[in-house]
Amino acid sequence: MNAYEEAAADRDIQDAGKPKRIVLEVAGLSTAYRNRSVLREVTFAVPEGELVAIVGPNGAGKSTLIKSILGLTPTLGGEAKAFGETIDAARKRIGYVPQRESVDWDFPTHALDVVMMGRYGRLGWFRRPGRKERAVALECLRGVGMEAFAERQISELSGGQQQRVFLARALAQDADLYFMDEPFAGVDAATEKAIVELLRKLRADGKTVIVVHHDLATVPEYFDSVLLLNVTVQAFGPTAKAFTEENLHRTYGGRIGFAGAGAAAAASGRQDDPAPRQDAVHTFQGGGRL
Amino acid sequence: MMDFWILLTGSLAAVSCAVLGCFLILRRMALIGDAISHSVLPGIVIAYMFSGSRDSILMLIAAAFMGLLCVFLIQWFNQRGIQSDASIGVIFTSLFAIGVVLISLNARQVDLDLDCVLYGEIAYAAWNTLEIGGVGIGPRSVWLLGGALTLILAVIGLFYKQFKLCAFDPLLAAALGIPAALFHYLLMGLVSVTTVSSFESVGAILVVGLLVIPPSTAYLLTDRLGRMIAISAACGVLSTFLGFLLAVWLDASIAGCIVAAAAALFAAAFVLSPKHGLMAGRLRRRRRSLEGAA
Repeated sequence: MNAYEEAAADRDIQDAGKPKRIVLEVAGLSTAYRNRSVLREVTFAVPEGELVAIVGPNGAGKSTLIKSILGLTPTLGGEAKAFGETIDAARKRIGYVPQRESVDWDFPTHALDVVMMGRYGRLGWFRRPGRKERAVALECLRGVGMEAFAERQISELSGGQQQRVFLARALAQDADLYFMDEPFAGVDAATEKAIVELLRKLRADGKTVIVVHHDLATVPEYFDSVLLLNVTVQAFGPTAKAFTEENLHRTYGGRIGFAGAGAAAAASGRQDDPAPRQDAVHTFQGGGRL
Repeated sequence: MMDFWILLTGSLAAVSCAVLGCFLILRRMALIGDAISHSVLPGIVIAYMFSGSRDSILMLIAAAFMGLLCVFLIQWFNQRGIQSDASIGVIFTSLFAIGVVLISLNARQVDLDLDCVLYGEIAYAAWNTLEIGGVGIGPRSVWLLGGALTLILAVIGLFYKQFKLCAFDPLLAAALGIPAALFHYLLMGLVSVTTVSSFESVGAILVVGLLVIPPSTAYLLTDRLGRMIAISAACGVLSTFLGFLLAVWLDASIAGCIVAAAAALFAAAFVLSPKHGLMAGRLRRRRRSLEGAA
């Protein structure tokens, strides 16, 4: 029994014997890029209704992990299953938010149209998006507070608004398991708040969300569980148990000073405004759920 | 009547190129279009050597195959550490060179004029009519290009949402289970077919102008993909008419004038576009500085 299962067992007792179903199982996943190992033997399992953060230094393979699970990049070995099925069989129940920078925001289209793209998987080969898809997309835009920007050309949106359009598109996928690649990267405070509220609402609806996250300071506040990744899994489990100074040390290696997690947060790439982060990091020892 | 057929031939080629070109430039693949248009040459020559005719379906198939081979090789080398622009340059010039060598080797047996392949001969294309039961039914090139355009519109129309998503966000497309590789090669195959059916009219060199310039013009004038395709097609047709008039007036190469006209339309859009144009940008800046002053 690893730390994760122990904690899950603890929670099961608290939840009056409602054992949680495992919705994602990843076993021995490995990938390489030009003879360099990017992921080695990554194994973990996520129970239903959890918000899970994937954190690690740059080049740790966080985005690659998501892409390998979803079959978007070739793997050397290992497998991933969602809801007990292969990923291909479960695609209609899986939502994905790629990194905002991965697309061209000068593309000639508007916000509502981007959100409708989330419905394409359900339309099959030949059906075109129609009035129903439009209504769903508008509802999803409303869910992220962007309904006023539906007809706006996407290049005219701010970074935070673009991120919200991406989240609305994921909502339009109407999935049970979501993968989000750095949704908090470079967004304004209002958008960050909107995303956190959205994550909590998804969890309240029984959805599971796996988020690549770069801001160590907010991990304990936002996430139930954390996967510390640096090519291999360094630690995985409930945030209270896995998000420790020792584990962060191991994950971030030489880049983290004796100052501990605060320095790790700085090493993770965001150098701005270190003071509140220190405070926030210290609270993680108290740990726990939102 | 001759003028009519020339204009129809040119317009059909221009519209085919303009529609496909939109997806190429949005995927940042304008140079792939150039590469395909050159690398179909060996396909054309080999098919010509086997069939002895330049009207065969074999030629279309061979050219489409070479176009796909070119795209495949570019990706293959790119994945093995060759820079993508170098990879494009190496592959398409190599294939084109093979085509040129094959033409010159077979110059005596093969009635395939290198100048015609490179620069096109739209007037000749319009002369070469097709007959059924002794009745002329118009130039072969019109039927060929009409067929290609119908194919393109049918495929793009049928799979519009897939092509759009693969162009905007290929990662999401793959995550949704849309076979992105299939649609990639489908698009490349269509570009190959268009190129080979247009080469008689505008030639292998200028066809890339029709693939890239009208979509780039349209891109400046709208911010919806559907409208971009329509405007691009309209620009293609307008370029054909303007280019033809210019060619008649100057007594110059028709294909050259068509592409020059397309370039002139692009320049006009670049200066005058209400959103992205130079004038609009200057006006915006002035208004902002005036507001700042006030």
